[in-house]
Amino acid sequence: MATGPAPSGGRPREQRPHLSKMERVVVSMQDPDQGVKMRSQRLLITVVPHAVAGGDVVEWLIQKFCIPQEEALHLGTLLVQHGYLYPLRDPGILVLRPDETPYRFQTPYFWTSTLWPAAEMDYAIYLAKKNMRKHGALLDHEKERYVQLHKRINHAWDLVLMQAREQLRAAKRRRKGDRLVIACQEQTFWLVNRPPPGAPNVLEQGPERGCCTASPVQMTKSLDFYKREIERYRKALGRARVKSSVCLEAYLQYSVQHRLHDPILSGCLPGNPWITDNAAYWAVNSPTAAAPTKLRVERWAFSFQELLEDPLGRAHFMDFLGKEFSAENLSFWEACEELRYGGQAQVPALADAAYQQFLAPGAARWVNIDSRTMERTLEGLRQPHRYVLDDAQLHIYMLMKKDSYPRFLKSDLYKGLLAEAGIPLEMKRRVFPFPRKPWHSSPSPAVLPTSGEPMVAGGPGDGDKVA
Amino acid sequence: MATDGLHENETLASLKMEAESLKGKLEEERAKLHDVELHQVAERVEALGQFVMKTRRTLKGHGNKVLCMDWCKDKRRIVSSSQDGKVIVWDSFTTNKEHAVTMPCTWVMACAYAPSGCAIACGGLDNKCSVYPLTFDKNENMAAKKKSVAMHTNYLSACSFTNSDMQILTASGDGTCALWDVESGQLLQSFHGHGADVLCLDLAPSETGNTFVSGGCDKKAMVWDMRSGQCVQAFETHESDINSVRYYPSGDAFASGSDDATCRLYDLRADREVAIYSKESIIFGASSVDFSLSGRLLFAGYNDYTINVWDVLKGARVSILFGHENRVSTLRVSPDGTAFCSGSWDHTLRVWA
Repeated sequence: MATGPAPSGGRPREQRPHLSKMERVVVSMQDPDQGVKMRSQRLLITVVPHAVAGGDVVEWLIQKFCIPQEEALHLGTLLVQHGYLYPLRDPGILVLRPDETPYRFQTPYFWTSTLWPAAEMDYAIYLAKKNMRKHGALLDHEKERYVQLHKRINHAWDLVLMQAREQLRAAKRRRKGDRLVIACQEQTFWLVNRPPPGAPNVLEQGPERGCCTASPVQMTKSLDFYKREIERYRKALGRARVKSSVCLEAYLQYSVQHRLHDPILSGCLPGNPWITDNAAYWAVNSPTAAAPTKLRVERWAFSFQELLEDPLGRAHFMDFLGKEFSAENLSFWEACEELRYGGQAQVPALADAAYQQFLAPGAARWVNIDSRTMERTLEGLRQPHRYVLDDAQLHIYMLMKKDSYPRFLKSDLYKGLLAEAGIPLEMKRRVFPFPRKPWHSSPSPAVLPTSGEPMVAGGPGDGDKVA
Repeated sequence: MATDGLHENETLASLKMEAESLKGKLEEERAKLHDVELHQVAERVEALGQFVMKTRRTLKGHGNKVLCMDWCKDKRRIVSSSQDGKVIVWDSFTTNKEHAVTMPCTWVMACAYAPSGCAIACGGLDNKCSVYPLTFDKNENMAAKKKSVAMHTNYLSACSFTNSDMQILTASGDGTCALWDVESGQLLQSFHGHGADVLCLDLAPSETGNTFVSGGCDKKAMVWDMRSGQCVQAFETHESDINSVRYYPSGDAFASGSDDATCRLYDLRADREVAIYSKESIIFGASSVDFSLSGRLLFAGYNDYTINVWDVLKGARVSILFGHENRVSTLRVSPDGTAFCSGSWDHTLRVWA
């Protein structure tokens, strides 16, 4: 897969910010005082200076960033995979070994962030050199690519071979140590830009971003954009803000309140299905469960929103409202939701149905809204749209929240539910060597009961007793 | 004419300057009410104990990079989409594949499960968002019932159903977001304001509903009123593309993950950034973020193949999870908070608990 071209002109957007961050790390590593210990590495008869041991690199990362061994090794490996460090021995594989294996820092000329176009011509010259230097040196995938390149840029092949010979000749004039290093540097560059099959392609990016504004935009569009921005800033300057101390306090309260309800933090009973391989927890907490758990019923007291969000909670609240002869409020609210989120084609019908049932004078389930809101709503209903009942809905919502909801929480109905609610027993994890039962499948919501297909058994497993 | 161009240039420059100066004033105003830092307030909270999460399920079946996933409300099914155009619906508890459809385009970067569980939406380089009803009828070809809903002028980066199966909210590389009626494909509202590609969106869990947040390549996170199409709040503190935005469970704040290797928390009432989740050793961009059920933990998937778990209140990193062998591209916590699922360019999805 070819690398992307150098960043296109137009927007001064830093592509791949991680590359410059990696470079900063690598530069720190080479600091004479604080960097990784440098040593000269003997390879057969050549001595290569400024090498570092893989283990020392990992150790340095652990100390510098205060991270565990595994993370340091992972980060170090990424540095190598991106070509910022290369192994002196076995330079064909870009991995970081946390031992005495010698590595060297890549020269900035070849740094990945330069995003050289790494053209086919350059790759062909590199492979040609490798082939010429030692016959049979090309790996299988390199041979394949060499052959493909020969086909594709056949017309320039003489140039390729000539360049290759010239570069090899120039290299011979260098000292053996330099020659080795330059060969490693070049090899690393190509391992990053033309990874062998199976190796990760670290240069791969998703689809190009920002190209829609890369081209010069018409003046008027820019003017509009800034005018909008200015308008937005002006409005923002006028908005009311709340003190940080108040806002942040709210997070504390929310987290503390919900802590025991957070399965990842506190576990859940009878057991987390993903850990115990048993779906009992879902059965016990299903939307239509007859006996809700204590935690679930407690949650209805956290906020009106949480009560309504739970179908079971909402159903019990509806019962309560029925006893108070104000169930039409909740039904009206539900009708408003249906309108707001309904299909566009159904808007007139839904609005009309809501009007007939809840708002018309003498309606069967007339809701009590203040006269000003009622007037505005009736006016709006002449030309119904999906938000036409917003004001009325908000009024009724607030009424329920401030009035009915607190009474519900104090009611015998709710107190009874709380008292009856149980805490499921913890299910013991099935221990080897008992054969594992197949994970329970469950009917997909997409299967309709009338489809004629038998419902797949999805009952709770053993041991889901409730205390 | 030459003189007109000159005049327009001056106007543009002066508008830019005015915008910059207003921006500065806004920052000053925001700072005035900032009387305490989050980690200071969090000193009163217990530290989190030892934290262990493991991969509990690995879903293999995509032949190429997994780009997006979403949970079904039944807490176990998921839909995932990949680079090669495949969209798969899994029962991730049993790891069985239940449905599969191949899109006519590559890079399906967005997918979503309908609230009813009876349909999925997806899109990508085709610039569209299409809805597929899910059917178990073996005689029916899923692709046959496909409905093309949204049309943008650049790639689709994110999509989400609202509270029903009948409306879809989309974000696109063309710099806009849009709300669509599924049945007719009608555009109900469009949202203009981002200066570059929009990469992500999330609907607010607010009780009186009707706002959503989006993040884009212009480094801005913008909060929109769905009814009027207006941007009601915007935040510009990231240093690079914002890849992911997610509301805090109470709806009073949202988190963002960006290519600048940080995640940030923005409070809507204080109207400012209130926390940055970063570490010097974290160099690669965060591609997707989500909160645990209580909002105490923030899970973030990164382009360096790892998942970092943050203590939202104290600001510290609690854990780092290894396992994926390429970028983590998508991450969502399950609807009941029992687990989270991550999708990666290594072709797999993992469920962690």
